[in-house]
Amino acid sequence: MKAYNIIVLAKQVPDTRNVGKDAMKADGTINRAVLPAIFNPEDLNALEQALRIKDQFPESKINILTMGPGRAADIIREGLYRGVDGGILLTDRAFAGSDTLATSYAIGQALKKMGKIDMIIAGRQAIDGDTAQVGPQVAEKLGMLQITYVEEVLEVKDKTVTVKRRLENGVETAKCPMPLVMTVNGSAPDCRARNAKRIMKFKKARTVTELQKENEDYTALYNEHPDLMIQEWTVNDIETDASQLGLTGSPTKVKTVENVVLQAKDSKVISAADDEIEAMMVELIKSHTIG
Amino acid sequence: MANYYTDNSELKFHLNHPLMKEIVRLKEREYTFKDEFDFAPLDYEDAIDSYDRVLEVVGEICGNIVSENAESIDAEGPEVIDGHVKYARGTEENIKALNQAGLMGMSLPYKYEGLNFPIVPYIMAADIVSRADAGFVNIWGLQDCAETINEFASEEQKAKYLPRVCNGDTMAMDLTEPDAGSDLQAVQLKATWNEEKQVWLLNGVKRFITNGDGDISLVLARSEAGTTDGRGLSMYIYDKQSGGVTVRRIEHKMGIIGSPTCELVFKDAPAELVGSRKMGLIKYVMALMNGARLGIAAQSVGVCEAAYREAMAYAKERMQFGKAIIKFPAVFEMLSLMKAKLDASRTLLYETARFVDMYKTYMHISEERKLEKEERDEMKKYQRLADIFTPLVKGMSSEYSNQLAYDAVQIHGGSGFMKDYPVERIYRDARITSIYEGTTQLQVVAAIRGVTTGGYLNQIRAYEAEKVSPTLEYLKRTLIILTADYEEAVKKVTAAGDNEFVDFHARRLVEMAGHIIMSYLLLLDTNREASFLKSTKNYIAFAKAQVKAHAEFIRASELSDVGDYKFEM
Repeated sequence: MKAYNIIVLAKQVPDTRNVGKDAMKADGTINRAVLPAIFNPEDLNALEQALRIKDQFPESKINILTMGPGRAADIIREGLYRGVDGGILLTDRAFAGSDTLATSYAIGQALKKMGKIDMIIAGRQAIDGDTAQVGPQVAEKLGMLQITYVEEVLEVKDKTVTVKRRLENGVETAKCPMPLVMTVNGSAPDCRARNAKRIMKFKKARTVTELQKENEDYTALYNEHPDLMIQEWTVNDIETDASQLGLTGSPTKVKTVENVVLQAKDSKVISAADDEIEAMMVELIKSHTIG
Repeated sequence: MANYYTDNSELKFHLNHPLMKEIVRLKEREYTFKDEFDFAPLDYEDAIDSYDRVLEVVGEICGNIVSENAESIDAEGPEVIDGHVKYARGTEENIKALNQAGLMGMSLPYKYEGLNFPIVPYIMAADIVSRADAGFVNIWGLQDCAETINEFASEEQKAKYLPRVCNGDTMAMDLTEPDAGSDLQAVQLKATWNEEKQVWLLNGVKRFITNGDGDISLVLARSEAGTTDGRGLSMYIYDKQSGGVTVRRIEHKMGIIGSPTCELVFKDAPAELVGSRKMGLIKYVMALMNGARLGIAAQSVGVCEAAYREAMAYAKERMQFGKAIIKFPAVFEMLSLMKAKLDASRTLLYETARFVDMYKTYMHISEERKLEKEERDEMKKYQRLADIFTPLVKGMSSEYSNQLAYDAVQIHGGSGFMKDYPVERIYRDARITSIYEGTTQLQVVAAIRGVTTGGYLNQIRAYEAEKVSPTLEYLKRTLIILTADYEEAVKKVTAAGDNEFVDFHARRLVEMAGHIIMSYLLLLDTNREASFLKSTKNYIAFAKAQVKAHAEFIRASELSDVGDYKFEM
């Protein structure tokens, strides 16, 4: 086989890496208004792995699937700038308030409509929730095999993928038949930069909703260049059970959010002797400070 | 996540100069490429938006990859293995990142898979790359050799080589030899036509060739046996895939260590003639050198930017006598003057780039259709300006890059002398800018025509005629006085009717013109964007002192004094 059908799952998230004092609202939830919306960092690592497979098998197709509000079309454009073939924005008020279970349900139902898939590649986790659950849940829902913590796709051959996994206590090489879901670790290589020609072309890519909002006069251009149209799917485009969607389908409830400031109260001096160091290690592991 | 484009609003300011509208309209042939190329702009705003976005990618790669690799490349350097160059690891990584982003062949036409960018955004990219690593910009920036192929090679050669450049092939220009440095008329590399193979074969040695093992090289060679001067030289394309050239050694250099400077041995290396025989030096090298000189000016401005930023950061952080050293007049004056020289060099760089854009674009259009009279006049006007501004900006900005690097080390004190801070590398890298592609002394030889023919003065008068806000008029008055000093000096030196006397004062005269022109450009920038006011005031104060000093020297100088400077052999 010389070509693969790859789906990258990506999420638009608030940039929690540069948190100012207004980043959290009084109720403990994220104040999305003040944080810039970005491509979830580990999803970019996932995208790079997908692009590398396409570099090797240029006939492969990569599509991005993202769920979010209308502005998440930026995620698809970002993917187009870097080399993906297209994408689908799954957007509907019915999805609002989804926890990981409802999210993976909606995404799973969308994936079922996307034809035969060889690989689904996602970031390990998103920086807004840090759950690392959506990728594995999607695999479960679709009954697909999964490999988590992927750092590098070492080989894609026929119907098998070999990867390097980055685990807490070392590195593991795993081999898995397709179709499969992979979630990629942040330690994987950074995503390549946007490509100049692709930027110049795909900066004009729009969803229908965006076109309507912008009152665009580029209609003729889209008739000539259908590849500039970003597909938008609503709840009506996929088969769903309403009770499993959005807030209704989300059993997770946030009870409280605490502001934790880590600070050392006292210090302890130990000598460089092996036994003292070992004792300290044991203590730290016991108290779950490390390990 | 540094971005060397978005963190410097002055770049965007220059990108949005009023003349750009005209440049882009011509370059995009009234926006008619969009039907054939789906990424071509629909209108001016679309084009500028694309340049802006692409430069943002350049800034991102330079801020995160190229700048990060600069130190290790400087330590490792390239090496020669089996007659070919192996770049340092970081160099390979830089090239890969820029290629993936499609940043080669930026200014080449769409039909050869380029981005059809004007020179201005291309030069801006070079400015940014140079700030990140002045050594690396040589390898990346040699893509502008492709412009010479685009200008003079056959359609067949263009179709063969230009798409390769756009897809990442690196380039080199093989001009100098052991006995032919500044004096290229002495080039001896032999080109002979082989009747049997129906191909030109090159034999001989080239020396000091930047990126000499590049994929595609432009080679100056002697095609006319028995000749000894420039009229016997022709230009060739050598394709590395053909084989026949080996790298004998690479030079051990003071700076720009990542850029391999090669000694090349040609043994029956097959090559293709570019354009007409005997025009190699007279026409093609001149065009090649002018492009390269503008590139070195961009490299110099990038070095100035890097030096200024390093010095500024250190001066704010370094505490002595209980306060940050930037609080001391000796230091803040140095930094302000650095900034003024940086801004002055940059504004002259983009002014020159615009002149080149106007002239070259008209020239390419003239190959497609007959130009209207007004268009021909415009082309000639901008060609003349490009010709006198190119050596001026190369000379002035490369000298300033050295001065800024020197000052940046000085501000770092003892720490700057150590390898611990980037200024040590910047200082070494800066040194070559005023030497290669023609020393400052040779730039003066090229620029003096602008003095003697009145070219600079005409342009100074044009700047003078532009309206500025009443609050800036007092600065203009100073420049009018300095222009009178300049005119008087030119008159005195040329009135003597002695060429040696003109040569003796040439650098002074060119610098006087340069200071006045840069001051005017800064003044006009300030008129558009108030944040340049400080630099403008500081530069004009500095320029005034410089111009007056030169004027005094010339006033007191007599023809007979020149002898006092001469040496017996």
